[in-house]
Amino acid sequence: MPRITVTVDGIKYEEDVEPRLLLVHLLRERLGKTGTPVGCDTSNCGACTVMLDGKSVKSCSVLAVQADGCDVVTIEGLGVNGSMHPMQQAFHEEHALQCGYCTPGMVMAAIDLLRDDPDPSEERIRQGLEGNLCRCTGYCNIVRAVRKGAQEMGQAVSTP
Amino acid sequence: MTIQEVGQEVGRPRKRKEDARLLTGRTQWTDNLTRPGLLHVMFLRSPMAHARITRVDVSGARELPGVVAAFSGQDFAAEQGSLPCAWPVSEDVVIPDHPPMAVSEVRYVGEAVACVIATDRYRAADALEAIDVEYEQLPAVLEMKEALTAESPKVHEAGNKAFSTKITSGDIEAAFRDAPIVIDRTFRQQRLIPSAMEPRAVMADTDGESYTLWSSTQIPHVLRVMLAVVTGIPEHKIRVIAPDVGGGFGSKLQVTAEEVLCLLLARKLGKPVKWTESRSEGNLTVHHGRDQIQHLRLAADADGRIRGLQVDLLADMGAYLMLVTPGIPLLGASMFNAIYKMDAYEFACTGVFTTKMPTDAYRGAGRPEATFGIERMMDELAAELHMDPVEVRRRNWIKHEEFPYTTISGLTYDSGNYEAATDKATAMFGYDKLRAEQNDRRDRGDPVQLGIGVSTYTEMCGLAPSRMLGEANYAAGGWEHGTVRMLPTGKVEVITGTSPHGQGHVTAWSQIVADALGVPFDDVTVLHGDTAISHKGMDTYGSRSLVIGGIAVLKAAEKVKDKARKLAAHLLECSPDDLEFEAGAFKVRGTESQKTMQELSWAAFAAHDLPEGVEARLDSDATFDPENYSFPHGTHLCAVEVDTETGMVKIRSYVAVDDVGKVVNPLIVEGQVHGGIAQGIAQALFEEAVYDADGNLLTTTMADYLLPSAADLPTFTLDRTESPATSNPLGVKGVGEAGTIASTPAVVNAIVDALRPLGIHDVEMPCSPERVWRALEGVRS
Ligand code: FES
Ligand code: FES
Repeated sequence: MPRITVTVDGIKYEEDVEPRLLLVHLLRERLGKTGTPVGCDTSNCGACTVMLDGKSVKSCSVLAVQADGCDVVTIEGLGVNGSMHPMQQAFHEEHALQCGYCTPGMVMAAIDLLRDDPDPSEERIRQGLEGNLCRCTGYCNIVRAVRKGAQEMGQAVSTP
Repeated sequence: MTIQEVGQEVGRPRKRKEDARLLTGRTQWTDNLTRPGLLHVMFLRSPMAHARITRVDVSGARELPGVVAAFSGQDFAAEQGSLPCAWPVSEDVVIPDHPPMAVSEVRYVGEAVACVIATDRYRAADALEAIDVEYEQLPAVLEMKEALTAESPKVHEAGNKAFSTKITSGDIEAAFRDAPIVIDRTFRQQRLIPSAMEPRAVMADTDGESYTLWSSTQIPHVLRVMLAVVTGIPEHKIRVIAPDVGGGFGSKLQVTAEEVLCLLLARKLGKPVKWTESRSEGNLTVHHGRDQIQHLRLAADADGRIRGLQVDLLADMGAYLMLVTPGIPLLGASMFNAIYKMDAYEFACTGVFTTKMPTDAYRGAGRPEATFGIERMMDELAAELHMDPVEVRRRNWIKHEEFPYTTISGLTYDSGNYEAATDKATAMFGYDKLRAEQNDRRDRGDPVQLGIGVSTYTEMCGLAPSRMLGEANYAAGGWEHGTVRMLPTGKVEVITGTSPHGQGHVTAWSQIVADALGVPFDDVTVLHGDTAISHKGMDTYGSRSLVIGGIAVLKAAEKVKDKARKLAAHLLECSPDDLEFEAGAFKVRGTESQKTMQELSWAAFAAHDLPEGVEARLDSDATFDPENYSFPHGTHLCAVEVDTETGMVKIRSYVAVDDVGKVVNPLIVEGQVHGGIAQGIAQALFEEAVYDADGNLLTTTMADYLLPSAADLPTFTLDRTESPATSNPLGVKGVGEAGTIASTPAVVNAIVDALRPLGIHDVEMPCSPERVWRALEGVRS
């Protein structure tokens, strides 16, 4: 069994993994990081989105061995010192979640979207979230939340 | 310390208490849970729609590493019972035996035939491949009309008719006799896959004496009773827990084979077991929704006044009757006449068995289907009369001053104002301006045509009145339960019998109780979804939670307050009548002396000095069972652009004005309406469960079954009117299904409206580019 080293939410793990083990199962079942849920088996829903070396990936379509030597950030590792990330806060304020199953993945995808475009239009947000499905909200409030999160994050950057 | 204002919670857009845990990943989805020594269950499922099972050999699986056990349906035949149907709708209903694992015959692709139990899910998946099953193929039965012919192969020995019903009100023959206008149409409600984002998951454990079952379910209370009935395990030995549940939309309103089997496996093996479905397994085996053929005939006068409506439904039951399968089409029986007055009405329905996954409740359950039928007919009537579709509705609907109004189908609508909602919606939409643009595009022969769709709807919400459910032959009642207990320190615990999965009950119930007891919103917490804590209830479906469950909680809180009043009077040495309640305290009128709820709560806990007949602790229970359903209503308007060259449909704007009575939390109401509209639009444009001629489901994944993404939907514009319900003290009506019910006909009406001048009078759902294009080709050639 290959041995991998992976850093998840700031903690370094060394694990023996079967070559076929998916990253999402490593996170959920071996490391107890159950904040990342699984919604499909075809990489269509985006529920399992995490950051891998700073870029959002669907962790159901990455093998654990591919994450060897990488840095993974899950929804559990997003906030700082017990407070929520501005994007999480924006989702709360805009009522952008109902059952919350899609939410960790949505938040991750939203943050990644802002890396390319810190001030996205509604259109751009809708396209950027195309790979993340939500069955509860109808997306209106998610789009609003991402706008709001973008503004807050923009301010966080410009005010030292 | 900041003093929190009390007494103004209901009506306020409170942000949800539920959010923080969901946003930070501190969730308890069933699949997150584990137990020491947990084993994983996987099911081998039938690849054939209809076959006799001639041999199952699980011995190969038992040999493999990590495999603890493997069983076939035959191994379980004696103990597995039959999955329940709780709604025998008619005298002639046929309820076939429904083993959780097939024993001798399979009747749909995906039906479980064997299972393996292994130390991890990868091992279990490997072991499935080592099971040997031999089938003798039987003919699939897929189309309802063919299924009802004498030559059709039989799904069950008793034949393919599950039941038939007919309800007539008024003189239907007279209504149609010499009617100047008769519209005759057939619509298809395609089969849908509910697609909650969280796949189902079940975990079961036993200590050798009693059992705990965790399930991603909407109905822990109903499930517990049914598990006892099906398995024979005594009810008091079963505890059901619904932890965080990631969406339901009716699909988790079920007693599933997997729940029963996990419980039985835990018993057999004496070990904890868990099953988590994959999405492709789920698409095959989560009960499907809709699937009806509706034949409608409407008779009207030349001025557009409806005389009579005749409804003839074929409803696809699939292979078995599940928990409420046959009741779903009948929920629409009194909704086809909708908000309109008419002289006569006839509803006939036949439930048909086919070799497909059974159907059952899906968001709106029977009412979206009915609303679609009548709202399409209203547009067809308008077209026949060359009348504006809004005007046709105006001529027929129940007027504001006529409420309460008893409809032709026998329901009494307590309150409503269709005029106000429609006026508001058309103004917000810019109705006249869009009509002008439409005419202009028509005149120009623009390849992109504009269509305007209207849908005015009502629904019966708050599935409750036990008496009425009894009249409809439903096995259970519809009351709901609530407990309110003040803790010694003055904080409040609320227990509700409803079982939320995204609806924000914790927040809304906190608002209700905070107002009722005069305590801060943050001082209230809500417990639910565990039969050991929430010991009675009827769970969450059919927009009943607030309307029934919220009121039960309110009543419990009022009882607590009554008790507190007695205690306050005793301690303040006055009569209870001398007390007034203000800002969370009982005050002796005209004096400074008072007792706060917090002080009273401690006094009731200490119990040093209680008045005669008052027991320790400030707590109480209540159940609520209303006299009537509630009837939200609204007007939805949709503008679409249809490219007549490609068939592409684009929603340009969507306006909804809903009247859900009084509102407890406008944020939550808005969110529910958004989600509902999205689901209804998805039925109109994208979603369909497709079976091939052999009965294989072709839409097993999210790549094939098209759920809308953010890029596929517009921003919806919402507003409300408010006609309080008279059947409950808060005046609330329920909102979970409104959006879904209204939006599907609004969108399809808009598409047909765009294409009508080209000679198109209907497009079958989902109105995909291909279907629209084919309709266009049909009239071009
Ligand atoms: S679970 Fe990974 S995309 Fe759906
Ligand atoms: S909030 Fe339920 S799936 Fe998005």
